[in-house]
Amino acid sequence: MALQEGCVQPARGPLGPTPGSAAPAAATTLAEEAKDVLARVGREAPDFEANAFVAGVGFKSVKLSDYKGRWIVVCFYPGDFTFV
Amino acid sequence: MGVEVLAISTDSRFVHQIWQEQELSKMVTGGVPFPMLSDAGGKIGAVYGVYDETAGVDIRGRFIIDPDFVIRAMEVLTPEVGRSPDELIRQIKAFQHARNTGEVLPSGWQPGEATLQPGPALVGRVWEKWKP
Repeated sequence: MALQEGCVQPARGPLGPTPGSAAPAAATTLAEEAKDVLARVGREAPDFEANAFVAGVGFKSVKLSDYKGRWIVVCFYPGDFTFV
Repeated sequence: MGVEVLAISTDSRFVHQIWQEQELSKMVTGGVPFPMLSDAGGKIGAVYGVYDETAGVDIRGRFIIDPDFVIRAMEVLTPEVGRSPDELIRQIKAFQHARNTGEVLPSGWQPGEATLQPGPALVGRVWEKWKP
């Protein structure tokens, strides 16, 4: 997906279920605004989409479900330029 | 191991770029090879239970997701302590082994060590197979 280089581009998530994995990305709907924690072990991972910086590529949009079928590690961290 | 890594913080992708160029590339040759995602607003972190609304950041949390898109493991820490890559790798290898073989892995299992085959024959006899 081509990105417009605007300043305000919020991350999207949780994304609603995509009926059939062959459905085009554009058909993905934003799930109802949910503050509840959905991530549980043994359950399907909540999907999301966010802007990313990728070394050697630049800026692109990354969707978790793009990696479906592979082992994935998602690492959250408090911030760039912090100490730990 | 064939694992895709995604790093996420509430920083913008622009900050990710500068951090990569100014600091990470001096720690790791070529910089970190995985995508650095921006969770501005913390919506993704909230769904994964790691968003700290008071500080406005995602605290340290990592999730192992299998090829069926099922979360196998999660670890969440308050900010002052970092993670152990060795333990992360051990868990990934253990979950991959369990998925590939149907075997289960006892406490502290390391790749190459004894595994357990669950079933009636094992009930009450784990002691024969595994001694901590």
